Amino acid sequence: MIEYDLNSLWFALIGVLWIGFFFLEGFDYGAGILLPFVGKDDLDRRVVVNTLGPVWDANEVWLLTAGGATFAAFPEWYATMFSGFYLPLFLILVALIVRGVAFEYRGKDKRPEWAAWWDRAIIFGSALPALLFGVAFANIVRGVKIDAAGEYVGNLFDLLNPYALLGGLTTLALFTVHGALFLSIKTDGDVARRAHDAAMRLIAPAAVLLFGFLFWTWRNAVNIDNDGVVPSFIPIATAILPFAAIWVIRERHHGWAFVLTGATIAFTTLTIFLNLYPRVMPSSIDPAFDLTIYNASSSSTTLTVMSWVALVFVPVVLAYQVYSYWVFRKRISRETLTTTGS
Amino acid sequence: MDPLIVARWQFGITTVYHFLFVPLTIGLALIVAIMETAWVRTKDPKYLRSTKFWGKLFLINFAIGVVTGIVQEFQFGMNWSSYSRYVGDIFGAPLAIEALLAFFLESTFIGLWIFGWNRLSPRMHLASAWLVVAGTSISSFWILTANGWMQNPVGYEINQATGRAEMTSFLEVITNRVTWIHFPHTLFSAVLTAAILVLAVSAWHILRNNDIEVFRPSAALGTVLVLVAGLGVAFTGHTQGQIMTEVQPMKMAAAEALWETEAPASFSLFAVGDVENGRNRINIAVPRALSVLATNSLDGEVRGINPIQAEYEETYGEGNYIPPVGTVYWSFRLMVGLGFAMIALGAVGTYLFWKKRLVEARWFHRLAIWTIALPILANTFGWIVTEIGRQPWAVFGLLRVEDAISPNVSAGEVITTLTGFTVIYGVLAAVNVYLMTKYARAGTTGETSAEDVGAAMAY
Repeated sequence: MIEYDLNSLWFALIGVLWIGFFFLEGFDYGAGILLPFVGKDDLDRRVVVNTLGPVWDANEVWLLTAGGATFAAFPEWYATMFSGFYLPLFLILVALIVRGVAFEYRGKDKRPEWAAWWDRAIIFGSALPALLFGVAFANIVRGVKIDAAGEYVGNLFDLLNPYALLGGLTTLALFTVHGALFLSIKTDGDVARRAHDAAMRLIAPAAVLLFGFLFWTWRNAVNIDNDGVVPSFIPIATAILPFAAIWVIRERHHGWAFVLTGATIAFTTLTIFLNLYPRVMPSSIDPAFDLTIYNASSSSTTLTVMSWVALVFVPVVLAYQVYSYWVFRKRISRETLTTTGS
Repeated sequence: MDPLIVARWQFGITTVYHFLFVPLTIGLALIVAIMETAWVRTKDPKYLRSTKFWGKLFLINFAIGVVTGIVQEFQFGMNWSSYSRYVGDIFGAPLAIEALLAFFLESTFIGLWIFGWNRLSPRMHLASAWLVVAGTSISSFWILTANGWMQNPVGYEINQATGRAEMTSFLEVITNRVTWIHFPHTLFSAVLTAAILVLAVSAWHILRNNDIEVFRPSAALGTVLVLVAGLGVAFTGHTQGQIMTEVQPMKMAAAEALWETEAPASFSLFAVGDVENGRNRINIAVPRALSVLATNSLDGEVRGINPIQAEYEETYGEGNYIPPVGTVYWSFRLMVGLGFAMIALGAVGTYLFWKKRLVEARWFHRLAIWTIALPILANTFGWIVTEIGRQPWAVFGLLRVEDAISPNVSAGEVITTLTGFTVIYGVLAAVNVYLMTKYARAGTTGETSAEDVGAAMAY
């Protein structure tokens, strides 16, 4: 049952940060993955990259804030997770490095092979984290080998189990559809048309993958340990939403479809966090070794200070991020990029 | 191989590399904001061309600064999980606050700045530039708060049950006097770094008579900032040295290769050490100068390495508490020497500017071009003194580096990531230098309206 204390508040806040990250960077990754499919020439690809241009960096900060908040509020969780998921995190870092630089550098030289190399960086740098974040969270909710000292004692191959790989494919598919819908509402002409086609083609497989992942998650929750809160409404809604999206996309209500895939991503994350609560990283060796919001947390002094900081600044941050999306609300087309002053 | 050695190399390489770009980004953000302010106020197109030109160079660096910063935040947990567990209660807070207060601000308003040329009013666009400046400064404050705590832990107690440090006073953590002297020192050196770049690039163009309208005021701003920021770095550095003498006497003794306590103490100019026997073989020194620097008096006592080592053994138990003296000593000298060379350059340039001969003095510009790397070297040496000078401690007096490592990460894993980061960072460095050179040499282009700049800035 849910306790109303600072530890739970910070667990919830970190959940919210991950939801924000997956919602925003989800379409960011999706658009990056679809770059070669919706962008058939350089100008098309510039259209895609320019829809992400003003926002990708701030979207990524959600991840940095989630990481920082975990460090501050649950240092034991941060330490176990980051040292335990060592090589996957390294790959995510490599992806984010080349991807971020690619956006900024892609247009800085006119040689065709220059843009082609950075495009590869964007595709790789988007697809790999979209997959690996799913693998990581599936492992977290499934439980990993954590010993009595709170250290991860498994290896890389323990993390690549079928359930986790299904989780990875699920986020990869979901983010790709989410990105396709983002491009449908942010571009026009051929790019928007191809993005619509991609969404049409991918939404059914994404829905099936997610259904499978949720079902398996539920089986795990029932069979392996019954500790987590498994409310029925949220996972069921999560499973239904993408099926509803199939119909909405067919009707070309791209804005609503984007809301639906966004809600799916948010609800999937919520399902995982509710399943975890009050644990942050269950141990597959012995439930006694579980990291929880209590044994992994900072002192109440730190949690109190951080709560005040969050209370004051989170609304400010949200306000100017919303403002930024408002400023860049217009669609981007080939014409936007070829005529000066629009 | 010992994972500790590899993890330390990784931290050193990734951190120094990150900090090649950070000061340039902080300083260039300020210079771009100044140029844009001039444009908004005067509507003189030369300031618009100037904003765009320096803005491009700023963005090329900003990108690498951002992405290498992510590695910084992650590697505490990846390679230094014992450290993270030990200090997380205190150290995590400034990192989280940095992300919330600074990273969001920078990243959102840099997006508005790059893509908002024809969507925002000129005033709002200018405000975005200044908010990016604010973001970079806020960011440096919080990360220096985190580092300041490692240098001089305050506002904490050790929880006897868990053996970990816990925060007792957030106010003490953020008012740490080491942070508050690190902070201006770092900001001044960031401005100095960018000012040297602006001066050197302007000098290159002035020698070729390119767009003098833009490069004369740029060179003037650059050279005045070199002098002002250089003096700022020197004065804050002096105070920093005095504070360090109190909180980490070993670091300053190593920086001076001062083996025995001296009163009055002389300032060493050139020394060849005999670390094993705890003495210098050769030492050319200025009598009393160190007493003046460290204590503001002609015969103040400055403590030496050997007595401090003896004292630390009593306090912390047996062990070697002496950092690598040669590295710290020479890094300190190079940092200070480069700093004074840059101040001299700024002083000469400012004099020429005052005499209205800045553009005509071609010898000055030929010289200035070659100084472009000096601040970058000085910044690096500065961090080497600060971080290697704190060895063997990760958190001074509390946690040794050897106890800070992740126990479950193998040498093979750390070698993999070290190799990966080094290769990628190397490639990115080459690309960055290529683009910086290309755009710096290309010079200004003929934009006359915000719309033109917007089209040139888009991806």
